[in-house]
Amino acid sequence: MPKSSSKKEKPAEELTYEEALSELEEIVATLEEGQSQLEEAIRLFERGQALAARCGALLDAAELKVKQIAGEEVTDFEEESE
Amino acid sequence: MLTSSHKAIILTPMQPSLFPSPVPQTFTVSKLTFHIRKLLEENETLQDVWVQGEVSNLSRPASGHVYFTLKDANASLRCVMWKTSAARLSLSLRDGMEVEVHGRIGVYEPQGQYQLYADQIRPLGEGALFQEFLRLKAKLEAEGLFDPARKRPIPEFPRRIGIVTSATGAALRDMLNTLRRRLPLAEVLLAPSPVQGSEAPPALVKAIQWVNAQAPDVIIIARGGGSIEDLWAFNDEQVVRAVAASRAPVISGVGHETDFTLCDFAADLRAPTPTAAAELATQTTIQDLAETIANYQLRIINHAVNLIVAKRSELASLVSQLRYLSPERRIQSELQRVDDLSRRMVSSLIHQIALQSSQVKGLARRLEALSPLAVLARGYAVVTRKDDGRVVSRVSQVKAGASIQVRVTDGVFDAEVDERSE
Repeated sequence: MPKSSSKKEKPAEELTYEEALSELEEIVATLEEGQSQLEEAIRLFERGQALAARCGALLDAAELKVKQIAGEEVTDFEEESE
Repeated sequence: MLTSSHKAIILTPMQPSLFPSPVPQTFTVSKLTFHIRKLLEENETLQDVWVQGEVSNLSRPASGHVYFTLKDANASLRCVMWKTSAARLSLSLRDGMEVEVHGRIGVYEPQGQYQLYADQIRPLGEGALFQEFLRLKAKLEAEGLFDPARKRPIPEFPRRIGIVTSATGAALRDMLNTLRRRLPLAEVLLAPSPVQGSEAPPALVKAIQWVNAQAPDVIIIARGGGSIEDLWAFNDEQVVRAVAASRAPVISGVGHETDFTLCDFAADLRAPTPTAAAELATQTTIQDLAETIANYQLRIINHAVNLIVAKRSELASLVSQLRYLSPERRIQSELQRVDDLSRRMVSSLIHQIALQSSQVKGLARRLEALSPLAVLARGYAVVTRKDDGRVVSRVSQVKAGASIQVRVTDGVFDAEVDERSE
């Protein structure tokens, strides 16, 4: 069973890609089990749509982050332009 | 065997001697050259020899064969390498290069020139390096560092990718471009390190440890192509041990496809090049992820549609059940009962009336029988006094001469009392 709806749910826009994806996977699995009440199913459906949109937006906006490590120090890495 | 055969040649004169004293025999040039050639070619040492020297007069005509002279301070040696061997050369030969050449000594008879027919060429010193490479490989192999059972799977969807390479090399640029194209969602942790020279091995070891401290999902250790000496840091024992000890799985991408280093053996996965290493580190690409999301979305929508269809038909069946159980039906049946009762009521009323009326008829008949008129019909008459209309039932009620009225069955007539008798 998925997280109960009573559990505090973060707005989809605040989730990381991982969080959104794993919740989306859960929702798909729950819906496909077909055990949920209609009202719950509709809520899951809407939540699933929001999560999918969030994932898509994150994919669209993704930019490779490159950091440089020296010992314990982690700094942004400036690439040389080509 | 060799000595006996050429002694025989030397001792056999070309012609019978004209002089009694022994004189040098005369050979034809061809004979002599052939003889020299045999001498050289039958010498086992000269037929399997490594020669060290500097390359000069390098020439590569269209035939594909390679011609050069190998020289040192005091001598030079003509060398030829046939096309088929030249194609297998792993280094690019240049004038001035110090090399070790393997081959056999032969004679090119038209020019009376002995030369080395080369089949392998390696940079100077590589022989010793290679021996060291083999020794270390055997040692580490015996320790189980290269055991296939130690190899860990590379995660399909890494979030953090550690890279150990030179911060300035083309290899890094190629890898970042590849990662940017395939999985821009990832975070790259670069631990820069020199990748050649004597400072490279300790720096590489440190870099591997630093990057591990940041808990990456996978580490790429890479270097672009170069000569075998350039790649040598990746055969360093401490570097190889650091790769084997890495907490995160390691992909090695050192040099070109044909280069193998000990790091490759110790790594969990060997990639032929740095770019290939970046590809192997990102088995799931952003395109795959987008496809997965789209697929989930489709499944959710399908499911929602199916659910609504199912709920709707469930509802329809409940509505029809409800209709069947509706009070309307009961009302109908109650109405029917009322109708029924009223019908029964009416018919019983009719019955009552009929009963009553027949009783009335009976009574009427009995009444009729009691009627005085019926008595009149039998011949009796009713006499009444004319003056007051009273019925005369006694003689005393009349006087002679009094007017009376006599009623018979079909009417009345007047009469006068004649005489009274008592």
